[in-house]
Amino acid sequence: MGALDNLKKLSALDGVSGDEKPVRDFILSHVKDYVDEYWIDKTGNLITYKKGTGNGPKVMLDAHMDEVGLMVTQITSDGLLKFQVVGGIEDRVLVGKRVRIGEKGVPGVIGFKPIHLQDKNERTGAVNKKKLTIDIGAKDKEQAEAKVEVGDIVAFAYDPVDFGDNKLMAKALDDRVGCAALIEILKERYEFDIYGCFTVQEEIGLKGAKTASFQVMPDIAIILEGTTCYDLPDTEEQGMSTRCGKGPALTIMDRSVIVDRDLLNHIVDVAKRNKIPYQFKQTISGGTNAGRIQVNGTGVKVAAIAVPCRYIHTPVSVMDKSDFENMIRLAKETLKALPAAGNLWGTGKTDINLYREQGGVEYV
Amino acid sequence: MNECGELLKKLGSLSAVTGRENRASEKIAELFRPYCDEVKIDHFFNVIGIKKGQSENPGSVLVTAHYDEIGLIVTEIEDSGFLRFSAAGGVDPKAIGAMEVIVHGKKDLFGVIGTKPPHLIPPEDVGKAVKMDDMRIDIGYDGKKAKELVSIGDMVSFVSPPQELLNNRIAGKSMDNRSGVAALVEILKELNKLRHDDDVYVVATVQEELGLIGAFSVTYNIKADLGIVIDVCHGDMPDAPSDETFPLGKGVAVAVGPVLDRRHTKAIIKLAKEEKIPYQIDPETGDTGTEAAVHEVAREGIPVILLSIPSKYMHTAVEMVCVDDVIATGRLAARYIAGRVKE
Repeated sequence: MGALDNLKKLSALDGVSGDEKPVRDFILSHVKDYVDEYWIDKTGNLITYKKGTGNGPKVMLDAHMDEVGLMVTQITSDGLLKFQVVGGIEDRVLVGKRVRIGEKGVPGVIGFKPIHLQDKNERTGAVNKKKLTIDIGAKDKEQAEAKVEVGDIVAFAYDPVDFGDNKLMAKALDDRVGCAALIEILKERYEFDIYGCFTVQEEIGLKGAKTASFQVMPDIAIILEGTTCYDLPDTEEQGMSTRCGKGPALTIMDRSVIVDRDLLNHIVDVAKRNKIPYQFKQTISGGTNAGRIQVNGTGVKVAAIAVPCRYIHTPVSVMDKSDFENMIRLAKETLKALPAAGNLWGTGKTDINLYREQGGVEYV
Repeated sequence: MNECGELLKKLGSLSAVTGRENRASEKIAELFRPYCDEVKIDHFFNVIGIKKGQSENPGSVLVTAHYDEIGLIVTEIEDSGFLRFSAAGGVDPKAIGAMEVIVHGKKDLFGVIGTKPPHLIPPEDVGKAVKMDDMRIDIGYDGKKAKELVSIGDMVSFVSPPQELLNNRIAGKSMDNRSGVAALVEILKELNKLRHDDDVYVVATVQEELGLIGAFSVTYNIKADLGIVIDVCHGDMPDAPSDETFPLGKGVAVAVGPVLDRRHTKAIIKLAKEEKIPYQIDPETGDTGTEAAVHEVAREGIPVILLSIPSKYMHTAVEMVCVDDVIATGRLAARYIAGRVKE
């Protein structure tokens, strides 16, 4: 399947928040023949436009290109690199990991004090990321400075692995699953105008979604995501968030949004009619671009469809390939069925736009 | 990378969890064969390379370096398909979150040690240590299939491909003590260029990580006049005691202490100076935590020298050594063996 190949290639590319270019370049080369127009905006979002064959709502599809990573913050006299995290990474995930630094991808590893040398508190305590450094093998500061600069972005250096029963292990599944799915979705033409937005800097606070939705001014937005999943034994059902292999997950509420009830019902209807498995996300933690896009302009009806990803925000996240395939199916069928669901876009729209009246320019 | 570096990368890709070294023994024997008169694998899977001396009445030198590595052992296969595990060797539970592994079941199965995403960690658990008991290996199968493919007691090795870094350094799993095994090969290569009177037994040993076990039978089985042990010592890092750690790239660490034979140790240090082989002194007040402690009291006692290769981040997946130190270790040991004056 082409989408899965694209996903693996996308996962192997580095696109830590603020440095999404390698990911964007790949996506652009794969979508430009399928869309009518595209542009890269000032924040680095790739916005594509695909004209509809008839009338309908203006729909924005969002997938964020960035991934969590690190940034070099200091080079020590020993030639080691101090760092801080870009996005949310748990401390102990960092220990003993392989990384690539900067545009040249200088290889390094995150060292850890050997258990033999730890004192009692260190042995029984938790990992403290402030004590971790990246080691590129440099003898001293001068040698390290010849290879790396303060401010360089650091990505995990992990390649995708197919394993188990239809599973894929890879870094950055959050949100390359969304990017790969959106590439697939844009290959088809729909009755109404579609804006496929590949956005930047989701992981540090939903930045790209804000500027992208301003340019698009959508009526409806669907966010394609990779979401939390911890379906391990000893976990209470609601603490699992989602379950791997049980279908794409639909958000009802999280820290950033309460999704539009009508749009959610529409997606559930479509899933039932087409016998596509789905599940509801059972935690309200985390946030998505839906939260930003919802409050764009005079308001947008939003929903999120996500692939459950175990060990998200680590270099070894795991998904079931069927969830990814079903997310693409569900998103496509949802779009195809939208024109018939007039209640979603025929009512509730307001013509009041003081920004425009004041001479502000909307891009589209 | 030079020849020794490439060899070390190859060695670092083998899996030989302590007690299950049979997976790698033949591959190590192959590395010894071109330089030895004979290579044997004993029933513990110690790999013994024999290189005959040129004297009519040769003495014997025994050089050991362990080739086992730390790993995990499966203790339960849950109905959900997730695996519980314990440590095989000194594994730090803090250092294995979000790690790739191979479960050596009916076939080799890829898996990962999962961690909870930060979004789902309740505030009261933030900053708390996670116990090995609470971790699981995810092999991506349901319970039925997992039970078919995996048994309790199957060993698990870490996946961490050797990574070349600056200054001839390599980071990866099992540099403790594949770098020692690489030094054994260096010794054999050097000895091929030198004349040596003594028979040399170069042995890659098993189960060191479990308590120096392989060395017990080897030091009994081979009657040696001199023992040389090659292992790793702690490489320097900012947050560790500076007198217990040694810089990478500054040469082989020669141990000095009660376990180590004083006469031989002095002589090998003198040789290092004469030959201009970079070395550093590693003070060892106790039993060294290495096979040297076994040599010392084997049979009627074997005078023993301990040579160590500095390795940063020991017992993590990114143990780091400098290939120059491996070469220095091999050269020094080989030259000492060749020039050894028998009493």
